[in-house]
Amino acid sequence: MYGFLDQFILGLKNTLFVFFLSCALGTILGLLIAILRNSRRKPISASMQAYTGVIRGVPELLIILLMYFGGTALLSAVVGRYIEINAFAAGVTALTVVFSGYAAEIFRGAINAVAPGQREAAMALGLSRWQVWLLIIIPQMIPIALPAFCNLCISLIKDTSLISVVGLTDVMRVAYIGAGSLRAPLPFYLAASAIYLTLTTLSLLSFRLIESRYSLPLVKG
Amino acid sequence: MNTAIVLEALLTLPRGLILTLALTIASLAAGFAVSIPLAFLRASSNPWASAPVLAYTYAFRGTPLLVQLFLIYYGIGQLSLVRQSFLWSVMREPFWCAFIAFTLNSTAHTTEVLRGGIQAVPRGQVEAAKALGLSGFHTARLIVFPLTIRIALPAYVNEVIGMLKASSLASTITLLEITGLSRQLVSETFAPYEVFIVAGALYLLLTVLITQAFQILETHWTRASTSTADATSMSKRAPKPSLAPRELDAELHHRTAPSQTQQ
Repeated sequence: MYGFLDQFILGLKNTLFVFFLSCALGTILGLLIAILRNSRRKPISASMQAYTGVIRGVPELLIILLMYFGGTALLSAVVGRYIEINAFAAGVTALTVVFSGYAAEIFRGAINAVAPGQREAAMALGLSRWQVWLLIIIPQMIPIALPAFCNLCISLIKDTSLISVVGLTDVMRVAYIGAGSLRAPLPFYLAASAIYLTLTTLSLLSFRLIESRYSLPLVKG
Repeated sequence: MNTAIVLEALLTLPRGLILTLALTIASLAAGFAVSIPLAFLRASSNPWASAPVLAYTYAFRGTPLLVQLFLIYYGIGQLSLVRQSFLWSVMREPFWCAFIAFTLNSTAHTTEVLRGGIQAVPRGQVEAAKALGLSGFHTARLIVFPLTIRIALPAYVNEVIGMLKASSLASTITLLEITGLSRQLVSETFAPYEVFIVAGALYLLLTVLITQAFQILETHWTRASTSTADATSMSKRAPKPSLAPRELDAELHHRTAPSQTQQ
C-alpha cells in the first residue's frame, strides 16, 4: 500500500484543486445570483429563484453526470465538431453550479439581514448602486453569511469525491484503483476516509479562526 | 432534444422510483429510530455518554458518503470473518450495503439535528416536569421529545431531502434506482441530456412534494401549540459552524426570521 503514497498525494492535489476552484467560482456566481435575486425586475428574480430551487432539488451526482456526458454533446453541437470535455472541467463546472445554488441562498439571507436603513443611508449620501453593494452591503453580510458558508465549504469537500465516478484522479479514485489492484479495499477506503476527515477537520478549524475574527459585534438574545 | 428519447425516459425512469423511495424511506426510518437514544446521549452532560456519540457523528459527517458506501460494499465484504458468517447473505446484496451505509450516515446527521432540538428545549419545561414528579424517562418521552421534534422539524426536512438526493449514490454499486436506470439508458441511447434531465425533473418533483408535506405538518403543529416560545428561542441562537451541510437551510431560515432582520 505504501507504493500508492505518490498516487494519494496526486489525488489529494486534484481534490484540493477542484475544491478551491469550484469554491472560488461558486462564491462569485452565487453572489451574482443573490444580487440578481434582489432585482426589482420580476422575471430576473424569478428565474434566479428557479435556478437555486432546481439546483438544490437535484442530486449532485446527477449534475456531474449531466455535465460530463452532456458537456461533450453540447460542446460538439455548439462548435460543430467533436470536442470531448474532460472529467476535471465537467466536475468543476458541476460543483461550481451546485455550490453557487446553495451559496446564493445563504447570501440572499445575509443580504436581507443587513438592516434596510443602511442601504437607505448610503443612497441618501449619494453613493451609486454599485458602491452601495461593494462598500455597504457586502462587507456587512460577510459575518452573517459566514457560519452557513463554512458548512457549505465542508460539504463541497465531501462532494468532490463524486467526480471520481466520471474518472477524475482524486483521493477517492486513487483509493478505488488501489483497492482494485491490490484486492485490499478496506485499508484503501479507510485511508481515503482518514484523508477526507483530516481535510474537513482542518477546514472546520480554519473557519472557526476566521469566524472569531469576523464575528458579529452584536448577537441578539 | 429528441422527443422519442424523452418519452422513453419518461416511461423507463419511474420504474426506479420504487427503489429510490425504498432506500430513502428505509434508511431515514432506521436512522431516525437509532438516533433518538443517541441524541439524548449526545446531549447529556456526562462526557462518557456524549463523547463516543460525538466521535461517531463526527466521523460519519466528516467523510463523503461515497467513501462510506464503498467501505461497506467493497471493504467489509472482503473480510473473511464476514464472508464465512451468516452476515454474508446480507452483505453480498448491494441493496443491504447501501441501506447500511445510508442508515449509518443518516443516523449521524439526524442525531446532531435532534441534539440541537433537545438542547433548545427551554430549561423551565424540564424543571416543571421534575417538579411534577415525572421520572427522567417520562420527562424525556412526554416533555422533551415532543418539543424537540417540533423544534428540529425544519432542520430534519433538509435531512430527508439530503437522503433522497444521496440515494442516487446507490447507482455506483450497481443498483438500478432512478440514477442507475438513467445511467443505463444513457449508455443504450447515447442521449445524456434527455435522460438526465428527465431524471433530474423526477428528483425535483419528489423534493417539492417532501417540502410541501413538511410545510403542512409544520403549520399543523404550530397551530396545535399555542406557545411559539420554543421556536423563537432557537432562532436567537447564533448558528455555529458544523460538519452538517443539511442543517444549512435551517440556519438560513433562522437568519431570515423576523426577529433577526431588525437589528
